[in-house]
Amino acid sequence: MSTTLLFEQLLNGLQYGVTLFLMAAGLTLVFGVMGLINLAHGSLYMIGAFACAAVAAATGSFWLGLVASIVAAGFAGVLIEMFVIRRLYDRDHLDQVLATFALILILSEGCRMVFGSFPLYLDAPGFLAGPVTLFGGFQYSAYRLAIILVGGLVALGLYLLITKTRLGIRIRAGEADREMIAALGVNIATLYTIVFAIGAALAGFAGAMMGAIQSVQVGMGEPVLILAFVVIVIGGIGSIKGALIGSILVGVVDTLGRVTLPGFFNLFMDTAAANSVGAALSSMSIYVLMAVILIFKPEGLVSNNA
Amino acid sequence: MPNLSRETFLNIIISLGLLVFPFIATAMDEPFYITLATRVAILSLAAVGLNLALGTGGLVSFGHAAFFGIGGYAMGILASHAQTYTPIFTWPFVIEGTNQMLIIWLVAIVMSGIAALFIGLLSLRTSGVYFIMITLAFAQMIYYFMISWPTYGGEDGLSIYVRNQFPGVNTLDPSSFFYICLALMFAGLGLSAMIKNSRFGAALQAARQNEERLAATGIRPFNIKLTAFVISGMITGLAGALMADLNRFVSPTMLSWHMSGEIMVLVILGGVGRLYGPVVGALIFIIFEFIFGGMTEFWQFYLGLVLLGVVLFARGGAIGLLAGKARHD
Repeated sequence: MSTTLLFEQLLNGLQYGVTLFLMAAGLTLVFGVMGLINLAHGSLYMIGAFACAAVAAATGSFWLGLVASIVAAGFAGVLIEMFVIRRLYDRDHLDQVLATFALILILSEGCRMVFGSFPLYLDAPGFLAGPVTLFGGFQYSAYRLAIILVGGLVALGLYLLITKTRLGIRIRAGEADREMIAALGVNIATLYTIVFAIGAALAGFAGAMMGAIQSVQVGMGEPVLILAFVVIVIGGIGSIKGALIGSILVGVVDTLGRVTLPGFFNLFMDTAAANSVGAALSSMSIYVLMAVILIFKPEGLVSNNA
Repeated sequence: MPNLSRETFLNIIISLGLLVFPFIATAMDEPFYITLATRVAILSLAAVGLNLALGTGGLVSFGHAAFFGIGGYAMGILASHAQTYTPIFTWPFVIEGTNQMLIIWLVAIVMSGIAALFIGLLSLRTSGVYFIMITLAFAQMIYYFMISWPTYGGEDGLSIYVRNQFPGVNTLDPSSFFYICLALMFAGLGLSAMIKNSRFGAALQAARQNEERLAATGIRPFNIKLTAFVISGMITGLAGALMADLNRFVSPTMLSWHMSGEIMVLVILGGVGRLYGPVVGALIFIIFEFIFGGMTEFWQFYLGLVLLGVVLFARGGAIGLLAGKARHD
């Protein structure tokens, strides 16, 4: 296999990982602060993508669409938190799973009612549509490169938000001891709504960015949601740093597995058999990765208390 | 104990209703209703399996579709090989396909049991949210494996032409097949009642309520929970084989996480930890699907609303509503 192809796939994996991080960050933040497992996080990803596609189609501007995705998903997040999620904090995980599963049904079918069953298409903005030439004449999709950069910036921004701002201090304090910060005069209910809205907006933003690569359709958030679960299990639930490490790991392993495994089996099998075995095993690779990590570190790579 | 007897009364009514249902459907000249009732029986059995882990053992498995689908594929693979007269394996020994339900059930139970053992060994090392996500992830792993493995139909699934055979019964007759499924559903209910009232069941409930105390009495909670998880997976796997036989079709959809969610919804709609909770849940689900699915293609939207309402406001499910609170046992 050529180095160029390998490098290109490595970048694809990185891009996928960055998108996963935007999803996983919200999930892990919500779990860390509120102790809530939110299956409907994938629906917020979908809402972001649909908002972006609809606004971009109406105005012709991808950038307005991107803004709309953040606003729509954030706003949906606030509504969902205030009307449903808020009642679930004191419930056990089973109730949380079921209620958010119900939200998936409602949001997916609601989206189908509004936009229909056919996928929408979203084009990347013109100047990012072509390839860019990196060092040594190596060409790579400008849009995917932009996703990597933007994702990296968001990760940095999130890190600064959590470690350097007053809101971040409150979020960390909320993770550590809910009663105590309430006693110190912080409005817990508002804090929770803000955290949930931040997570929702990140998911919507990720959906909008991926919408230009995949098609925008109902149910598009679910595969990403499950991978995001794998990511936070690997990284350690509640840890943003763990989510970042886990996302990159999952993105790269998944992408490279798809490219390298069929070639690997081709060394001692005929091509057709190697392709089918390789495809089947590569689709399992990240789950095997998760199982291995769980055997050695059941609490994930980065412990919650770190 | 008026509540308890009310629940028992409800259970008896439901059982009798299901037993005479084919006669009612035939009298109404609606043979399709028998197929619906068969789905109720099969989904009930799947949910009985989950209820053992979830209701009695407190193990919130979000990956029971894995066992349901493995059972389905056990039927699909065995029957498709029988139908083309090709062996499944020729090395190290020859394994032929079969169209005998009894063998298919056995294979479905064993295979889903093995899968549950592996998944359980890994995921029971964790608890709470981790457990939910890991069972989900393992089910997805099997789902993606079946999608990308082309030998047995990949994404398109696997069809068989004729329903499999049961000694002495004409399985092509809808009523006969319904009674087979119903008998297995009652067997599943009987088994789960027996387990719940046994020493093992007491230990399992103790593992749900307080693991440290159970450990202090000298019983390892891990072994108890793993055993319950495996039995639970086996029951759901058997239901999967029946469902595939009913549809004469198996596809990765049976393995998808929507299926896991659906089985869980059945348990919750009926009432967690209640003996007949899964049956009532399956009844409500199928009736709901039949009525609203006929009126609007967006029936799942309304299912979501109902489910949300049940979770937020009607804890205890339908049996809780009809027969009062569960005894605290």
